[in-house]
Amino acid sequence: MSLISIENVHKHYGDYHALRDINLEVGQGEFFSLLGPSGCGKTTLLRTIAGFEDVSSGQVRIGGASMIGVPANQRPTNMVFQSYAIFPHMSVAENVGFGLRKSSLSGAEKATAVGEALEMVGLNGFGARAAHALSGGQRQRVALARALILKPKVLLLDEPLSALDKKMREQMQSELRRLQRQVGITFILVTHDQEEALIMSDRIAVMFDGKIAQLDPPPQLYTRPANRQVAEFIGVMTFLPGNRRADTLEVAGLGHVTLSPDQIIGAEGDVRVGLRPESMTILFDDMAAEPSNRVAQGTVEDLAYYGDMTMYEVRLAGAPRPVTVSMRNLPGRPVLARGDAARVVWDPAALMAFGPVD
Amino acid sequence: MIDQIETGARVNQEAKRGWVLVSVPLFYTILLMAAPLTAIFVFSFWSQDFLTLDTTMTLKNYREAFSEPLYAELLSRSIGIAGAVTLVTVVLAFPVAYFVSFHVAPERKSLWLFLITIPFWTSYLLRIFLWKVILGFNGVLNTSLQGIGFIEEPLTFILYNANAVVITLAHAFAPFAILPIFVALEKIDRSLLEAARDLGENAVMTFVRVTLPLAMPGVVAATLIVFIPTVGDYVTPRLVGGPNGLMIANMIQTQFLRLNNAPMGAALAVIAMTTVTVMALLLLAATRKWMRGGGR
Repeated sequence: MSLISIENVHKHYGDYHALRDINLEVGQGEFFSLLGPSGCGKTTLLRTIAGFEDVSSGQVRIGGASMIGVPANQRPTNMVFQSYAIFPHMSVAENVGFGLRKSSLSGAEKATAVGEALEMVGLNGFGARAAHALSGGQRQRVALARALILKPKVLLLDEPLSALDKKMREQMQSELRRLQRQVGITFILVTHDQEEALIMSDRIAVMFDGKIAQLDPPPQLYTRPANRQVAEFIGVMTFLPGNRRADTLEVAGLGHVTLSPDQIIGAEGDVRVGLRPESMTILFDDMAAEPSNRVAQGTVEDLAYYGDMTMYEVRLAGAPRPVTVSMRNLPGRPVLARGDAARVVWDPAALMAFGPVD
Repeated sequence: MIDQIETGARVNQEAKRGWVLVSVPLFYTILLMAAPLTAIFVFSFWSQDFLTLDTTMTLKNYREAFSEPLYAELLSRSIGIAGAVTLVTVVLAFPVAYFVSFHVAPERKSLWLFLITIPFWTSYLLRIFLWKVILGFNGVLNTSLQGIGFIEEPLTFILYNANAVVITLAHAFAPFAILPIFVALEKIDRSLLEAARDLGENAVMTFVRVTLPLAMPGVVAATLIVFIPTVGDYVTPRLVGGPNGLMIANMIQTQFLRLNNAPMGAALAVIAMTTVTVMALLLLAATRKWMRGGGR
């Protein structure tokens, strides 16, 4: 049985249709992400679960009970806000213990609970600090402790890492993951960062224009995107124009390919052919192509050097735009320069043909 | 070395420019604030010997001020009336500020604030006279209430006493209280209120635990802005206060202008100023806890 179920939910703001027929179920203990560009409705959906927005139609259930008309303070959910919403007039301990006012615990038990919550997020001994003297990462931890101390059925996280710098963000990603396994509470994360969603989630709902475009675990999302929009949003994908009749595909710069059924997405005719950077390889002198792969000639148009790897933009002969190829920089392997000729090996089984957008 | 000299020269330049900028306001502050205050202070240690001013330093005026019960009564009445005005004004201003901040659409807020300041377009004196018309024995209020049969005899406790002073001053100072409270409420991050709801508090407890403490800087500012000038007000008590609504400033005026005893008036003024300053400082000290966090 699922912990949260959202059925046929619509949300209108005047003429604006913010959520369009949302259906999803989230299981107990799951790390679930709502992913999409800004304005896609992911935060609105999170706020309807939290109780800050009511739905225009449809049903929201948590633990089987309908949440329609139930105010935020009576829902078994707690939220970590994007701004963290740390009360500036209170100490760290007062912030963390804010929700315990009505609990039956004694004063000493509350103090113990606050101490444990702070320890859980790695803020031992910070209780007496003033809230406004904290760094961004520390505020985030206080917000987490303040929500988790109430042992909610669901923890809602609204872009919690977007205000942190890259190092801090990566650290918090693994810490959130660890924390979620430790407490066993269902987490629902809203993010616009596809990498973050892939790293952290058990399942991801990708949203565009108020609709769920695809709901899958990260590997399926990456390897089997439901449409071109999802494929473009998740990871890097180069698109070349092509034409498909049944299982035969003609791609500019690559030639004829026979497709297997799961490489075909959408209708036939003029299609967009999607290629992931890691599904192609530049052939250096010491390398031989796999027999099943094919080789195309091209020229390096541009490159980006990342240290551990290099992203090449290679223009294949006959293709209207370059394809992106990622190469690991193994010891002894040269880094090509702009204008160098490159032989690109590609796997016909790894490309995807997206029909005209419906 | 050259760098240092150049930096030094630039600092010097900036300092000079700073002095030029502040010199004009500094000049009129000295002329209109510091000089009169010093004069009052010095005067309070002199004494009036019928028509001549005795400039030997003495504490005679202060001795008299502290021994004559009338002065103490006037001062305590002034503080009482100012306190009542402040209480009434701030308590009534808070809901107005709250409404404008939380329930008026953002694009209409400046219109609302503009409307709130409309009473200020009329002269202070005119407004006091209007209150006399409203509160008088045969005034608007009494005739209306009699007209609808709510009262038999005209109400007499609303004019020419302390109540009338409180009503008139509370009206006059309302915008001064509304604006700082409004600003403090505007500064509250709305997600803090959502967080309080999310953590299980209802609307009332959210107000008590989050909104009100964070609005305290505005409330304290409003309190000071209303209290300090009302203690020293003398036009309103003179016009609507009657004999029992007179305040310390009326006595100071009387000492200066009627009794020709400027040193006594000056001593009373110094005592009144000191009292108000001490009270303001006590209030600030008592509310420091809220001022720190909320002011951020």
